[in-house]
Amino acid sequence: MPDGTPRGPEEDRIEAAVRAVLGSMAGDITAKEAALLAELEALGRTIARAKAEIAALSVDDITGAHIPSATDELDAIVGHTAQATNEILDCCETLEKLQADVPPEAAAALQGAVTRIYEACSFQDITGQRIGKVVAALKAIERRVEAAVANASGRAAPEAEPQAPRTEGEALANGPQLPGGATSQEEIDRLLASFD
Amino acid sequence: MDRNINVLIVDDYRTMLRIIRNLLKQLDFNNVDEATDGQEALAKLRAGNFGLVISDWNMAPMTGLDLLKEVRADARLKNIPFIMITAESKTENVIAAKQAGVSNYIVKPFNAETLREKIEKVLVHA
Repeated sequence: MPDGTPRGPEEDRIEAAVRAVLGSMAGDITAKEAALLAELEALGRTIARAKAEIAALSVDDITGAHIPSATDELDAIVGHTAQATNEILDCCETLEKLQADVPPEAAAALQGAVTRIYEACSFQDITGQRIGKVVAALKAIERRVEAAVANASGRAAPEAEPQAPRTEGEALANGPQLPGGATSQEEIDRLLASFD
Repeated sequence: MDRNINVLIVDDYRTMLRIIRNLLKQLDFNNVDEATDGQEALAKLRAGNFGLVISDWNMAPMTGLDLLKEVRADARLKNIPFIMITAESKTENVIAAKQAGVSNYIVKPFNAETLREKIEKVLVHA
């Protein structure tokens, strides 16, 4: 199946394997069997080409620049949102100090608004944890890419760092769930009450 | 309910510590100390006299669940009310915390009313 791509040792091995199969077959092969063999040969060439492309990947760009850059950007997002949240909290604390100087009704309204801002600001913790999960996923992809390229180019894959045994608290730490997958406060309250 | 007790809040996000501290202040709890992981919290609990712990789960080097187990295993600390306040909302997390002796469990994001209600509940039963 010539396609203009220079032949390599992988292609030669595939052709040899197909010829060996043909040679082992007694009598004439049917058109269906010939088509199947042609498909197998094409599949083998596709796999060989993919392996060559993986081996030729500029993995150093991915592991040395793209992923570290992406994780740095994500860290910067966490840093900027934390800074903005702390500015908001500074303003809230200033407003709380003013409560003593305004009539009781206004003070109560002020406190209610400040409380709602405190509640809303807890988003920063949740987004920080979600971004942490994305960073961990990027690092896992980086390790897999390195291992795939090493495997395809016949090099030894980088050794995984030994993992310390995890405590129950660490094993169960999954971070925030996606909407729909999380248990609500009401469901948690019911679950806790079922133990009493 | 005694609002003069010492409260220890534990979270690795300093912004969250600040939010909880301010919400506690609104509830008239003014004696509040902070720690950013379980190990620091345990050292403060062993050195001090606290009447309530409010802890996050997901922290290193010691998680909130592991802190809870240490607290319940310590003869002097084992009766301190312990509220877990965390984004870990899977049923298995709640069950593990309950089995370890948690007094109550709040899932993030939470509101001030939930915090007030859970604190009052655990302190009344303390």
